[in-house]
Amino acid sequence: MRIPTSRLWCACAALSLMLGLLLSGISQAEERFIILQSTTSTRNSGLFDAILPRFRAKTGIEVRVVAVGTGQALKNARNGDGDVLLVHAKPEEEAFVTAGWGVKRFDVMYNDFVIVGPANDPVGIAGLRQAGTALRKIFQTQAAFVSRGDESGTHKKERALWEIAAVDPLETGGRWYREAGAGMGATLNTAVGMRAYTLTDRGTWLSFRNKADYTILVEGDPQLFNQYGVILVNPAKHPHMKAGLGQQFIDWLVGPEGQSLIAGYTIAGQPLFFPNAPGGE
Amino acid sequence: MPSDVETLQPERISTDPAQSLFPLKVRQLVYNVGKQRLIDGIDLTIEKDRRTIIMGPNGAGKSLLLRLLHGLLTPTEGEICWGETPRVDQARQRQALVFQRPVLLRRSVGANLCFALKLRRYTRAEREERLRHILELASLSHLADRPARVLSQGEQQRVAVARALVLEPEVLLLDEPTVSLDPVSVEAIEELILAVHRRGTKIILVTHDMAQARRLADEVVFLEQGRVVEHSLSRQFFQQPSAATAHIYGSSRVVL
Amino acid sequence: MQDFGQAFSLAFQLIVSADPMLSEIIFLSLRVSLSAVIIASVIGLGIGATVGIVRFPGRSAIIVFLNALMGLPPVVVGLLVYMSLSHAGPFGWLHLLYTPTAMIVAQTVLVTPIIASLSRQVIEDLYIEYREQFLSLGVPPKMAVAALLWDARYSLLTVALAGFGRAIAEVGAVIIVGGNIKHVTRVMTTAIALETSKGDLALALALGLILILIALSVNATVSLLRLNASNSAYA
Repeated sequence: MRIPTSRLWCACAALSLMLGLLLSGISQAEERFIILQSTTSTRNSGLFDAILPRFRAKTGIEVRVVAVGTGQALKNARNGDGDVLLVHAKPEEEAFVTAGWGVKRFDVMYNDFVIVGPANDPVGIAGLRQAGTALRKIFQTQAAFVSRGDESGTHKKERALWEIAAVDPLETGGRWYREAGAGMGATLNTAVGMRAYTLTDRGTWLSFRNKADYTILVEGDPQLFNQYGVILVNPAKHPHMKAGLGQQFIDWLVGPEGQSLIAGYTIAGQPLFFPNAPGGE
Repeated sequence: MPSDVETLQPERISTDPAQSLFPLKVRQLVYNVGKQRLIDGIDLTIEKDRRTIIMGPNGAGKSLLLRLLHGLLTPTEGEICWGETPRVDQARQRQALVFQRPVLLRRSVGANLCFALKLRRYTRAEREERLRHILELASLSHLADRPARVLSQGEQQRVAVARALVLEPEVLLLDEPTVSLDPVSVEAIEELILAVHRRGTKIILVTHDMAQARRLADEVVFLEQGRVVEHSLSRQFFQQPSAATAHIYGSSRVVL
Repeated sequence: MQDFGQAFSLAFQLIVSADPMLSEIIFLSLRVSLSAVIIASVIGLGIGATVGIVRFPGRSAIIVFLNALMGLPPVVVGLLVYMSLSHAGPFGWLHLLYTPTAMIVAQTVLVTPIIASLSRQVIEDLYIEYREQFLSLGVPPKMAVAALLWDARYSLLTVALAGFGRAIAEVGAVIIVGGNIKHVTRVMTTAIALETSKGDLALALALGLILILIALSVNATVSLLRLNASNSAYA
């Protein structure tokens, strides 16, 4: 048959386009916003919900947080899909700036990682002062351990700790080492479900609601230090970027107001992050 | 399927009403499906005025012949010539076909008829006038707003006939239109057929109901295995059927 | 697991209190998925009608292809749309990434094959029924297509519903291209994923229950329409 196909298609295309424009118009009404590429651990901790409204009230700038793993956040930022990065994998962040993708990196805050597991602790790592030793014990008993497995900051930290423990969990080939390939919260859910040990940042842990009988077993090792940094994506690479608004946010975050808000954010009386921007306090 | 190409042609086929559709001449018509020869060399001449009834046992090719005449199927060999009209599809524009099982749109009775009316360039007022007229003619006025597909088989077939008639065809082709209908509906449809014939519409009707043939026929074309066995005026056909026809009817136990 | 009971009461509380955050999320979910289904219907019905009615070489290959695309994983769609809309991608200049429009685009891509494939079947079946009658009447192509679409309207509504079900329930595509940004691109499914990742299983399940409720009421509405129609033998 020879329907007037072309005309039919023209009509379809026109209609779609009209609808599309109409709908995109709604979402593009507000222009004073920036995209912050950040990590699931910071978003899940509730920190952004606590501090971003204050920034918006002061400046009128909306910060839209896209929470992914640090690895993906860095990748997205390289693609120009973010104005500011707030992540926690210092070596990669510095490489990012050196390669010219970012303008400058600032320390913002820190907390620490902890190893969590079931309260009855079948392996007996509770109270160990060194994370490497604890991991080695887990490996030796072949107790289940769930890894993020997603190139996130936490995953990178975990791999560094296995190196200290002189164990290559992927080489050992056992079924005990399980890569979730998911965000922090999902990984915690998986670990709880499997009665497995895992490494988590303290912020996510404190705000996590599905703890069951899980508890912190190892903490306090300097190796477990978790530093967050903020970087303005280089506008020279991506001219469409809102460098001005982004810089304004960074200045606020590492400045006195941002830093004191971070210090003041607690869950059940416990602070989740400790501000340590160089000019902050 | 070659006929798909014809279904939806971009331009309406222009027809010249001055060109006569008659006599209809069929020459050496053959229609194969695969290797099976279902229509096997039919020669036929049909004049305008008579009510022509095509009869024959099941599988004789009656419905196929009707579809070929109407141009729904393309002959494998041979030709069909509607009077001076050069092409069968041009002739089709001046005909209407009523199928054995009515194909009604999923709409009301009135909307079904309107659908056909919209195929002609009528003004709105003309359309309404014609709609009212045909509804009365087919005694469907009280059903105009009913969904067409919830009606009884007999009523549905009357709608189908009415839809065929709104186009004011010069030829009305009917393919066993009253099979499995109740006697009242059969009578109603036969009356409609006779009425439109009186107004000058050529009737070509396929049936294997001998009684119906007796009631309606001016002439009978009798088919068997894709061939014309007999073509004669009804008086002759019913009183002195040829030896071949009688033999077929005798052997296939079709009620005479 | 006391989470179940907690989830039900939480869902109930959220609904009665007309929680503003919740209504914002529901509204965005509906807006995104309905827009996607409308756009996908326009495109999908065009493809479905064309492939259903026209015979052309390669047609059966296209049907197989469309059927296969029905099972397109949302994450893959999300990734493809992300790569297209990313500032480093070919449509980066549109600045659509992390907006509801991007989510509509992703869901449209996801749903179009479903609507095209299912409507092709519906329209083809009806065309087989009507073909000889239309040919006999001499119905011109445009009118024939319109009549097929109109007469198949209730079946096509169910087709659109299947598309809507897929769109409203998927999370893989919208979370990548939308970014699950609070107040901007957070919809029911991404909110559920977020609450799950926070370990707040009760709240996640409560949101899930509300999502089911929405799907249920949309389905019920369409069923009612169809019931009405089948009483008239239109469906």
